[in-house]
Amino acid sequence: MKILQIERLKKYFPIKAGVFLQVVGHVKAMEDVNFGISKGETIGVVGESGCGKSTLGRTIVKIYEPTAGNISYFDESGREHDISKGLHRSVRPLFRRDVQMIFQNPFDSLDPRMTVRDIIREPIEAHNLVPSSEMDGYVSELLMKVGLYPEYAQRYPHEFSGGQRQRIAIARSISVNPRLIICDEPTSALDVSVQSQIINLLQELREENHISYIFISHNLDVVHHMSDRILVMYLGNVVEASSATELFDNPSHPYTKALMASIPNWSPENRKLQDVRLEGEPPSPINPPPGCPFHPRCPYRLEICDKQKPVSRALSEDHSVACWLYDR
Amino acid sequence: MSKILDVRDLKTYFRTPDGVVKAVDGISFEMMKGEILALVGESGCGKSVTVQTVMGLVKVPPALVEGQILYRDRNLVGMSNKEYRNIRGKEISMIFQEPMSTFDPLFTIGYQLTEVAKAHMEWDDQKTREEIISVLRKVNIPEPEKRYREYPHEMSGGMLQRIMIAMALITNPEIIIADEPTTALDVTIQAQVLNIMRDLQKEFDSSIIFITHDLGVVAELSDRVHVMYAGKIVEKALVSDLYNSPMHPYTRGLLNSRVKREYKGKKLPYVEGYVPRAHEFPKGCRFNPRCPHAMELCREQDPPEMSISETHAAACWLYGEDQRL
Repeated sequence: MKILQIERLKKYFPIKAGVFLQVVGHVKAMEDVNFGISKGETIGVVGESGCGKSTLGRTIVKIYEPTAGNISYFDESGREHDISKGLHRSVRPLFRRDVQMIFQNPFDSLDPRMTVRDIIREPIEAHNLVPSSEMDGYVSELLMKVGLYPEYAQRYPHEFSGGQRQRIAIARSISVNPRLIICDEPTSALDVSVQSQIINLLQELREENHISYIFISHNLDVVHHMSDRILVMYLGNVVEASSATELFDNPSHPYTKALMASIPNWSPENRKLQDVRLEGEPPSPINPPPGCPFHPRCPYRLEICDKQKPVSRALSEDHSVACWLYDR
Repeated sequence: MSKILDVRDLKTYFRTPDGVVKAVDGISFEMMKGEILALVGESGCGKSVTVQTVMGLVKVPPALVEGQILYRDRNLVGMSNKEYRNIRGKEISMIFQEPMSTFDPLFTIGYQLTEVAKAHMEWDDQKTREEIISVLRKVNIPEPEKRYREYPHEMSGGMLQRIMIAMALITNPEIIIADEPTTALDVTIQAQVLNIMRDLQKEFDSSIIFITHDLGVVAELSDRVHVMYAGKIVEKALVSDLYNSPMHPYTRGLLNSRVKREYKGKKLPYVEGYVPRAHEFPKGCRFNPRCPHAMELCREQDPPEMSISETHAAACWLYGEDQRL
């Protein structure tokens, strides 16, 4: 069952300058993103800083209004709602309950003046899901589900470590029984020994409650572990989209290959970074290069690459790539 | 190889409203000329405080520093600020984590590099400029003459980090301390910066103390590794030994926490519990509440450094005389 269908989604941020705040340009944060997500499915979005992966997540939860494109939301009964032009009053409560978000930094995403109980209770009350007499029991149950003690409900966020705080944020997001959670770098701010705990927890919750995730991260290994399908983004564009296993077995876009080659090997006998010769840095999204966004850094550049932007073409049923090398 | 730095029983304590924080609690290590030594650990393990103490960046008082830091037979602990200035930035220089906040936004790159050169080297203006441009070229800055006149906001994070490496190299230091130099960078840029560091280390024959939490980076770059946990060094090893036969249960946990491809669809192995906070370190071995092998002894007594081979040691009771695994 489909939850979201996204077509040609685009987000430009205006740059304003001068006394009259005239628009002098645009940050082209995201161009032409297409994908759909069904119940129980996890879509991974991977890319480096500035590639538009967070913009994508935030546009989907309607923190940002898209510049162009379509977002269709399917409610629990399967009815389709077009939410690209804002949330209609009748859709808002359904959508806001169905789609939740977990942020990167649990030191910023939890209100320091609220107790854990209040933090978790707020969305439940907003949606009127549990009578107040049963609230404390429900909060305890949620805390246990995410691996915390029910006694912690009395405490404040500053009393917890990063990993524990991320568990609180997860408890808050699952408190309203959402069908889709957008995880924006949920483990990046955590210590390595704690990261795996949080990933395991997210997986358990998926299996128990059939939650779908849009899992955004710069860490290719983590995205591979979590996702069914992966979108690789570069400078606002999806350059490759594939199932997770296929992407790792058969990376096709030169950027995906470079990204994989840049991950250290964890083996001192087999040092591989010295072979990586990807030059330059991602250009500014204000003035993206003409043609393929990756061409200034691409080792396989062709003549056409700086003239015309490659469109995404299918290599196989579940693998598509936007690169002129695969034009034939 | 000759010994260049010898740290003996170093302690750095801070007084806080929650009690005394023993950020670094009795660590000893040596450093040889021309080697890359990695200090690995998670947040709060004391790795950054260790090098800040070595650099003389910890203010005493209020902090309390004990032990010895021997650099060329001189003890840096208790050295006056005036004397320190001849060493800090000249013979021992540092690369920080956040390139964006390390540079002063109001001055050009050239000005800020000149400031460092003027403080330590006796060059005239012409020579200073030449040296700066040549070192910028060494860290692969395109058009260094143009960049010389530009401001930090005109550069990307990766470029600034390379300029910071140039700044650390300009005085041709004996030791370079790099505190998480690639953590704020993207992986493709990280690869570039690590390659530059490796090449320049060979060219300048300096010694590098490399601080990181990323064991992948350690494997790519370092010769020896010291693993820190809660203010102590728990394992010292050659880089190959650490990856092939990790001894301390914490090191094993860290190595296991890598997300490998074959784990897909399965649970990831993980280390139980959380890193303790500095004012509530547990009694005995500080890893004991999270350790799968914890024994009675571990809860009572802090383990000393047990030697496993000439180049490998772990602070763990599992490797005591009668407990050897």
